[in-house]
Amino acid sequence: MALLQTLLLRLITTAVTLLGVAVIVFFVIRVVPGNPIAMMLPPGATAEDIANLTAIYGLDKSIPQQFLIWAGGVVQGDFGTSISLKQPVLALVLGRLPATLELSVLALGMAIVIGGAAALTGTRLRETRVEGGIDIAQGVALSVPDFLWGLMLILVFGVLVPVFQISGRVTPSLQLPFVTDFYLVESIVRLRFDLTLDLLSHMLLPALALAIPLAAIIGQLLKQSLKETMHLDYVTLARTQGYSEAKVIWSQALPNAILPTLTLVGVQFTFLIGGTVIIERLFSYEGLGNMAIDAVINRDLPLIQGIVILFAVIFTGVNLLVDLTYAALNPRLRHG
Amino acid sequence: MSFLEVRNLSARVKGGGPLLRDVSLTVQVGEVRGLVGESGAGKSMIGKAVLGILPKAVEITGGQIVLDGTDLLTLPPAVRRVKVGASCALIPQDPLTALNPSRRIGVQITDRLVDILGWTRQRAEERALALLGEVQITDPARVLRQYPHELSGGMRQRILIASAFAAEPKLIVADEPTTALDVTVQKQILKLIAALQARHGTALLFVTHDLGVVSKVCQNLSVLYAGKVVEDSDVADFFRAPKHPYSAALLAATPKYTDPSAGLQPVPDAVIAAVRAEVEHG
Amino acid sequence: MAEGRFEVRRRAGVRLWLSAAWLVLLVIVALFAPYIAPKDPLEQDLFSGRLPPFWVHGADASFLLGTDSLGRDVLSRIIFGTRIALGVAVVSASFTCVIGAALGLLAGFYRGWVDVVVSRFIDIWMAFPPVLFSILLIAVIGPGVFSIILAIVVIDWTRFARVIRAEAMAQGAMDYVASARVAGRGRFGILLREILPNVLPIIVVLLTLEMGIAVIVEAILSFVNLSISTDDPTWGGMISEGRSSIHQAWWVLVFPLVTLFLTVLSFSQLGEGLKDRFDPVLR
Repeated sequence: MALLQTLLLRLITTAVTLLGVAVIVFFVIRVVPGNPIAMMLPPGATAEDIANLTAIYGLDKSIPQQFLIWAGGVVQGDFGTSISLKQPVLALVLGRLPATLELSVLALGMAIVIGGAAALTGTRLRETRVEGGIDIAQGVALSVPDFLWGLMLILVFGVLVPVFQISGRVTPSLQLPFVTDFYLVESIVRLRFDLTLDLLSHMLLPALALAIPLAAIIGQLLKQSLKETMHLDYVTLARTQGYSEAKVIWSQALPNAILPTLTLVGVQFTFLIGGTVIIERLFSYEGLGNMAIDAVINRDLPLIQGIVILFAVIFTGVNLLVDLTYAALNPRLRHG
Repeated sequence: MSFLEVRNLSARVKGGGPLLRDVSLTVQVGEVRGLVGESGAGKSMIGKAVLGILPKAVEITGGQIVLDGTDLLTLPPAVRRVKVGASCALIPQDPLTALNPSRRIGVQITDRLVDILGWTRQRAEERALALLGEVQITDPARVLRQYPHELSGGMRQRILIASAFAAEPKLIVADEPTTALDVTVQKQILKLIAALQARHGTALLFVTHDLGVVSKVCQNLSVLYAGKVVEDSDVADFFRAPKHPYSAALLAATPKYTDPSAGLQPVPDAVIAAVRAEVEHG
Repeated sequence: MAEGRFEVRRRAGVRLWLSAAWLVLLVIVALFAPYIAPKDPLEQDLFSGRLPPFWVHGADASFLLGTDSLGRDVLSRIIFGTRIALGVAVVSASFTCVIGAALGLLAGFYRGWVDVVVSRFIDIWMAFPPVLFSILLIAVIGPGVFSIILAIVVIDWTRFARVIRAEAMAQGAMDYVASARVAGRGRFGILLREILPNVLPIIVVLLTLEMGIAVIVEAILSFVNLSISTDDPTWGGMISEGRSSIHQAWWVLVFPLVTLFLTVLSFSQLGEGLKDRFDPVLR
């Protein structure tokens, strides 16, 4: 029952936050100096265009009234129409979302595997040179943002040793039999592994760039957590029972060490998603982030608003999910 | 015939002072031997050395640990680990930290039976149930499905005792198993350990600083001071007439509940000086 | 075993000095750019376009690190780019620090509705993807150094506010504050004279880290062509041009990238090193 109450409270807080985001985006774009109409118009617009826009968006009305018009539409599922792409915002945004989601989740998976491996190896080989090396590598990986890793990966694997693709989501000449925009998932479901391979060769470098800082954070935190857990008596007891060091780390220490790492990873995952904006641009990957930058350059207000709201929804959604998972996994919270 | 024979075992802190000096003792099949001494005397270290769980900062500098005819110190770590795991068990000191908080009680008992000893899951579970009954836990089936934080300290220690005996070990090292418990519970736990030892015929190396405990449970004892064995005798003889002055002083220092007016008799300085000289130079 | 610990500490010290050395070098380069740079960074020489660095065949030794497509000297542009990078870093980090720390201190020490408002504000702010928000702000305000500084401050003040707020709360609960209150000191006085000095080390650490972040944000914004005009020599702008001509003139990308990498790394290591020095308990 308490769980339900907490859930309800969180949902209300989330709704308030999202409302706040919407308000801020809306007002920032309009309150700032500059003629809002001129900003939205492509160069060479006719008087008719101006009149149309003014009518649709109520630009002659006050700003709070404009907000209500827009919010009213949103509640009904109408996010307006993109000025630069001339299509409904919602459809455009939902169309690009799967690409970004696939990239983010792939990056998350890589970060977990790399970070986890580093932590486990560092624990198994603790107080050796290997552990020292891992510490240094993690320090560097953390100090440098995904943007720079992306550039370096482009240099090394795109130019120096060109094994992976540094541009786009998929080789343009390929015929794609997909019905959804979840290319990677669908290619696996349809057993078209040739397509899976092509998609992965395009996604690997951007995902890796996103993953490196997160892997370092996971590695550091998990290693620290494991270090503390390894001293506990139940781990020593397991050793006397005949279990090997590796087994002891894996089945006794790890399940207990993971919990504190989990919450941090959730928050960091939202940063990773934020990073897709520039990484997608860098790799010309056709996702939400790339479209966002174009929208800003083109002053496409409805599209900008739609994308920002969507990002905010994703962020708050991930936070909620992390809290729920933590509550579910912690036996103390479950059985009180 | 002896199951465990420690011969001239010496150990020290890496880059530091000695922890064990030339320690020798034996534990026969089915025997209960007490390891007594004040804090820091090294009694816990001996148990840990046998089980292979010495802290990383400690290294063995000499001697042999012969378990069932084989010197453990000559075995490669993987072989040694399995041999110890198959024939020995530990009853740890602190029941609050010796159980994994995120796993149910049942698997914590049965896992080593299945993984290390190769039993079937069913046989392991039956064994777990039986042992929980032996340590007088009511409704053992329910306890098997519970998590450690749902149980009291006393219950957790019983579970640890049951777990140790469940593996049918030939030797159990009990590392101060009652020290972390409430006084009211200590007596029960002691009785339980003694009863199970008698029933299963397991050899028991009982590490403790409490002579009272020794008198109730052990047949023989070894007294340690600063890492050296200063006396080794059977319990009855010991309490009647200890041979070493330090042992005598220890006995005298034990509070006598039957004669409260006798007060407390700390071990005299002269005795300490003498035993220290003997240990460090003898 | 003890030796391993000692080695890590020694290595940490080396890292700290190396980072500081690089940053000092950058400061010198920035201050004396006109005297150090071999050429005018804006001067175009269309006959010397895309020349490789001096050790590659076909180079012109007067352009040590080569030229870009418009014949501008890469080395000189990097040198002058240092001015922009460091200038933006110091100014924006300082403003971010002052605003964020002030709000954090007020929220953490006074608690009550001040805290509620500030915390809610922080939560909303952090729901924005930072890069997108900064790009948006620049697009709205218009390009220029001032815009970048404003964008960084507006977006990143939450980083300071959160941490300082937590610190202020922790300090506020301590005994020395209670005794100051009993002695009759006003709350604001306590905040300034007692809490602030204790929070200062963390502020310094965050400030250092923030400068590294500012350098990156400026680079990203220049990369997306939304900061200063492409004529001005920014590292980000050079990287953007280098990215598009990566196969033909790799040096246009590599050298500013390496400089940027070392700079960001140095700020980070310096910040982490300071953190270790100030708070040994954390180790």
